[in-house]
Amino acid sequence: MSRAHPLAWAALGLGMVFLYGPILLLVVYSFNASRLVTVWAGFSTRWYAGLLDNGPLVESALVTLKVALASAGLATMLGTLAALALDGRRRFPGRPLLTGLVYAPMVMPEVITGLSLLLLFVGLGIPRGFWTIVIAHATFTLCFVAVVVQARLRHLDRSLLEAAADLGAAPVTVFRTVTLPLIAPAVIAGFLLAFTLSMDDLVIASFVSGPGATTLPMRLYSQVRLGVTPEINAISTLLIGAVSLAVLGASVLTARRGR
Amino acid sequence: MTTPAPPPATGRLRFEAISKRFDTHLAVDGVDLDLAPGAVFCLLGPSGCGKSTLLRLTAGFEEPSAGRILLDGQDLAGVPPHRRPVNMMFQSYALFPHRDVARNVAYGLEREALSRSEIAARVAEMLRLVQLEALSTRRPDQLSGGQRQRVALARALAKRPRVLLLDEPLGALDRALREETQAELRALQRRLGTTFVVVTHDPAEAMVLADRIGVMAAGRLVQVGPAAELYERPATRYVAGLLGDVNLIEGRLGEGGAGTLRSLDTPLGPLRAFDHHGAGAAGAPGLLALRPERLTLGSEGLPGTLLDATYLGEKILYRVGMADGRVLRASGAPGAGFSAGAPVHLAFAPEAASLLPAEPA
Repeated sequence: MSRAHPLAWAALGLGMVFLYGPILLLVVYSFNASRLVTVWAGFSTRWYAGLLDNGPLVESALVTLKVALASAGLATMLGTLAALALDGRRRFPGRPLLTGLVYAPMVMPEVITGLSLLLLFVGLGIPRGFWTIVIAHATFTLCFVAVVVQARLRHLDRSLLEAAADLGAAPVTVFRTVTLPLIAPAVIAGFLLAFTLSMDDLVIASFVSGPGATTLPMRLYSQVRLGVTPEINAISTLLIGAVSLAVLGASVLTARRGR
Repeated sequence: MTTPAPPPATGRLRFEAISKRFDTHLAVDGVDLDLAPGAVFCLLGPSGCGKSTLLRLTAGFEEPSAGRILLDGQDLAGVPPHRRPVNMMFQSYALFPHRDVARNVAYGLEREALSRSEIAARVAEMLRLVQLEALSTRRPDQLSGGQRQRVALARALAKRPRVLLLDEPLGALDRALREETQAELRALQRRLGTTFVVVTHDPAEAMVLADRIGVMAAGRLVQVGPAAELYERPATRYVAGLLGDVNLIEGRLGEGGAGTLRSLDTPLGPLRAFDHHGAGAAGAPGLLALRPERLTLGSEGLPGTLLDATYLGEKILYRVGMADGRVLRASGAPGAGFSAGAPVHLAFAPEAASLLPAEPA
């Protein structure tokens, strides 16, 4: 293995600062004792303590958590089923096209997804609120679950499934006793990914939410327009923590391939 | 094992005009085969010859395009893999990585209406059979190749299948272990009396394991018989070359037919050999197949020049240059003092040589 050139290290360092500098700043200022965001006045956790008294913010956090759990659950079920159906070993006409269609929402502009879902909900006369956000989030996170699960399925030894069938397991039993336990890490990773994406989302939620269902990103966005407060820094830091944990969990689970 | 297996009344597998087509490729082409219950049958051939497909058709992973597979008289058409009373040992072993040894062996039993204690007893019996009692709580990735092979065998035998299908059962083992395992497998089969169908590309393995061997090439069953018959009386040039070293001399067939001694007009002069399977009509091109150990060096016979002699321990391999430039190989017991460059004569008994058709190759 060749050693990295000092310049390469410098480039890496610069990239990291570029990526994580702003976030770090936000985290640091969330512990600022001063109400003025740009003036450091010593370490304090008062903004974190104050969060609990901020009724609307806590309510939004709960909405976000519930939306994320429900939509991630839905997306995991549907995404896993899609991955199984589109598994590369099955051959049926239109499979490549369908695969592409499942993956397309990943690169679809969120504005388009949000707008089209809004039109759908309005057209069907569905009152907008908690469940429309859940459905919308499940729609755009489903493909991420499908990608993660499909990658795992591709590495699944086909002869294991045949061995199970050969030993007397009907197809449903094969799935329950062999396929599912072996793809479980990917399914859980997919869930965590969907959970994270749902928690982060602002654009789609803004389109399809209704009264009483304001997610945390929506709340933060509307408050920031009135000025950045240390409270927002604090809640954002918590959000970063939660997302990092979920992403870390997902990558650990995906890395444990073939075990 | 303390209980001797009863002689098997079941496990008779019949293939009737079985064909399997994948898109445009004919993987199995009209195979007829009747396997005796309780015997070991080896399907021998190169990769892609259709032998594994035949096994997969029997297990039910593929459905035949034409023909029938009968197990003890019952047509297996449309019976899904999980309802067939046959089990398969996979080439990759296909052990469940998330289950330990005992639970791998138990998998098939758990699919039946058996009580916990019955399953535990049968698993213990199987592990004893393959001498893996001590490793029952290990996971597959904590086992050596030989141990995995035995777990796979125990798992496939646990349901007491009428027929056990083995796909290259020893292919993943190294040479020394393979020979030892061949003997164990053979002994195990004799004790259980289960019909074994073994797929292998290794002629030596087929000869050790099988009661009968079926040689396959390009989807067709070329010749079926005990190892000795295939070796001594090959039906085609392919079978002759597969089971061991062979000299082939081309020529035109003389009068005669199957089951007679015929002459072959060769560049070395007219030679006589036995036609076991019908090599062709008089005047057609034919081949004379002759094992090196059937050729003796002496003072009479076909004249040639000894090119070299290689000492191989139990025998010496001679290469003899013939009048028309071809090289024939002969082998004999060490001790005979022939030196390179010396004029020698090659002789053979006509019954020890076989006549084959020139086509198919």
